[in-house]
Amino acid sequence: MRGVRLAYALLGMSTLLAALPAMAVDNVPPLPTPQLQQRYYQLTHELRCMQCQNEALADSPVGLAADLRLQVRELLIAGQSDEQIRQHMVDRYSEFILFRPRMNWRNAWLWGAPGVLMLVGVVVAWRVIRSRSQLVDSEEADPNAESLNS
Amino acid sequence: MTRFLLPLGAFALLVVVLIVGLRHAPEKNIIPSPLIGKSAPQFALQNLSDGHSPVSAALLRGHWSLVNVWGTWCPECRAEHEALLQIKREGQVPIIGIDWKDADDEAQAWLSQLGNPYSTVGTDHDGRVAIDWGVYAAPESFLINPDGVVVYKVIGAMTAEIWHQKCLPLIQARSMPATQAGSGS
Repeated sequence: MRGVRLAYALLGMSTLLAALPAMAVDNVPPLPTPQLQQRYYQLTHELRCMQCQNEALADSPVGLAADLRLQVRELLIAGQSDEQIRQHMVDRYSEFILFRPRMNWRNAWLWGAPGVLMLVGVVVAWRVIRSRSQLVDSEEADPNAESLNS
Repeated sequence: MTRFLLPLGAFALLVVVLIVGLRHAPEKNIIPSPLIGKSAPQFALQNLSDGHSPVSAALLRGHWSLVNVWGTWCPECRAEHEALLQIKREGQVPIIGIDWKDADDEAQAWLSQLGNPYSTVGTDHDGRVAIDWGVYAAPESFLINPDGVVVYKVIGAMTAEIWHQKCLPLIQARSMPATQAGSGS
């Protein structure tokens, strides 16, 4: 009897969980075509809510995010490209609104840093390997070489 | 010796980078406006006082002005109200209000109770104009020069200190060469 109750309780809870997406904050009317809807989904997930800064437009319950979602929808219907819509937002709210920052001269070093670090790593590794292999060679030639090297 | 010098140098460089990064870290929640140095966005809003005589960017030409975005739902707006009244009393610039996503009757009651610092108030019911101005948290204030260009933005409550130390010097710096040129001719 208890087991049956528990099973019902679990069933009830999992049904509630399944209903969670219906509680999403986004109540902007759907777009006319699936393609536009897909682009709307993409854009509202890569634009930042300026008020709650670590949330995307799509997830934010604040009024400003709702207004901006509506604006994304209108711009999509007006036939603007994704890049035009991003630029529309950047013109008003600065690049901070993009979750994916663009490359520019100010952050170029940041984009280049992994490559530079990798290059440094390769050079260091190459030098270490080369010196180790020379060590092995000299050890074979002269058993006393190790004490000289250290 | 060089064995230790290289990692030590790299570490020192990292420390310098981190210190510079910390020193220059922007204040949290303050995002510089891309509007600075550009013409104020065009807009046309209904006038709060009569519902007619539209409030537009044309009001920002030919003199300095302060555009203040506010709403009766915004607690910080109440906090800055006294400072705005003070700026009005000093009389150097007119304050143009943009009443953001607000009810007209509440806004009118607010102004009659607390005093009206604005020369004109436009009502932005659907928030479109506020978005064009890049507003993300009221109150926000924009200092506009006589050419209609945004020269400074205050995010959060305006205070007497900000007005006297940040805004007024910008106004004086620009009007000084103009008066010199005027006296020379």
